[in-house]
Amino acid sequence: MSGFIGDWQALVVLVLAGFLPNELWRMLGLWLGGGIDEGSELLIWVRAVATAILAGVIAQILVLPPGALAGVPALLRYGAVAAGLAVFLLARRSIFAGVVAGEVVLVIGQLWWR
Amino acid sequence: MPSLESPHWQTPLRAYLRGLMAAGQTVLTLVLFATYLGIGALAHDSHFSLGWLLVSTVLMWAGPAQIILISTLGSGATAIQAAIAVTVSAIRLLPMVVSVLPMLRTPTTKLRQLILPAHFVAVTLWVECFRLLPQVPRERRIVFTVGLGTGLVTVCLIANVIGYLLAANLPQSLGAAILLLTPLAFLLSTARNCRELADFVALVLGLALFPLVALLHTGVDVLISGVSAGTIAYGVHWMRRRRRA
Repeated sequence: MSGFIGDWQALVVLVLAGFLPNELWRMLGLWLGGGIDEGSELLIWVRAVATAILAGVIAQILVLPPGALAGVPALLRYGAVAAGLAVFLLARRSIFAGVVAGEVVLVIGQLWWR
Repeated sequence: MPSLESPHWQTPLRAYLRGLMAAGQTVLTLVLFATYLGIGALAHDSHFSLGWLLVSTVLMWAGPAQIILISTLGSGATAIQAAIAVTVSAIRLLPMVVSVLPMLRTPTTKLRQLILPAHFVAVTLWVECFRLLPQVPRERRIVFTVGLGTGLVTVCLIANVIGYLLAANLPQSLGAAILLLTPLAFLLSTARNCRELADFVALVLGLALFPLVALLHTGVDVLISGVSAGTIAYGVHWMRRRRRA
């Protein structure tokens, strides 16, 4: 089964760099219980930073794409996301409609681009 | 959902099954499915094994953190750089756990009974708890939540396997479409969750700042752009509030 799991070092990295730094905050929340104010200034900053980090990762996947996405012209990648966002806004913030629109633009765009 | 006094809530098993079924009856599950399909494809194209991916979904159960881990490690960052980016993105889980707990607790609830429900807390479960738990008798809420959590995780594990296999077998153009699911679903669900001005500025600025910071090739580009964009966004929020006051 070594192919299924891969090497054990990757699993150690998963636990140390993925599981523990992530789970820490859930368990801290459990331990703190009701002792924290949800609207506090610190949490507004934390939420803003977490949102911006996620936005950065989204940008990273689009600007420096992995694997198969790297074969798609940059303009088409951005165009597909822009189309998804536009339809999302027009369709009263429907995530489903936005995702479908973005995907359609990407797939048709790739056919057209060749 | 059956009424609070209904015999449907009599045994913990039935409450667990209700929770499990509730996972299949929300639109959010569809978004989650698409996201984890994308994460599966991302893991494949970033050269992680399928087993590693499934373990990460069970242990981490946080889409953004998983994407950050896969994309930072995949682009050559060290484990420490990845851990810092993951932990900063996960801080948002703390207030979610804190706000769900009062709905789950009874006077006799022990802390260890809350560990599993707390592990399942992520944005989808958090939103669904606020919607569904008021319709569940208080003494059954923990099992119900665990049922809901296992249901959602199962759906995502299936999505992971499908996404991974599709990325491995599909022609490149369709593989690209599956990879695009992740940024699309996250961008739109984050946009929908923006409540305060700070959230909105953080999203737009975070998107705009990354390509600039990436030119520096620091290895922690996501962290630098995220902390700066987030702090600026907070500054905007703070100044606007002061002007109002």
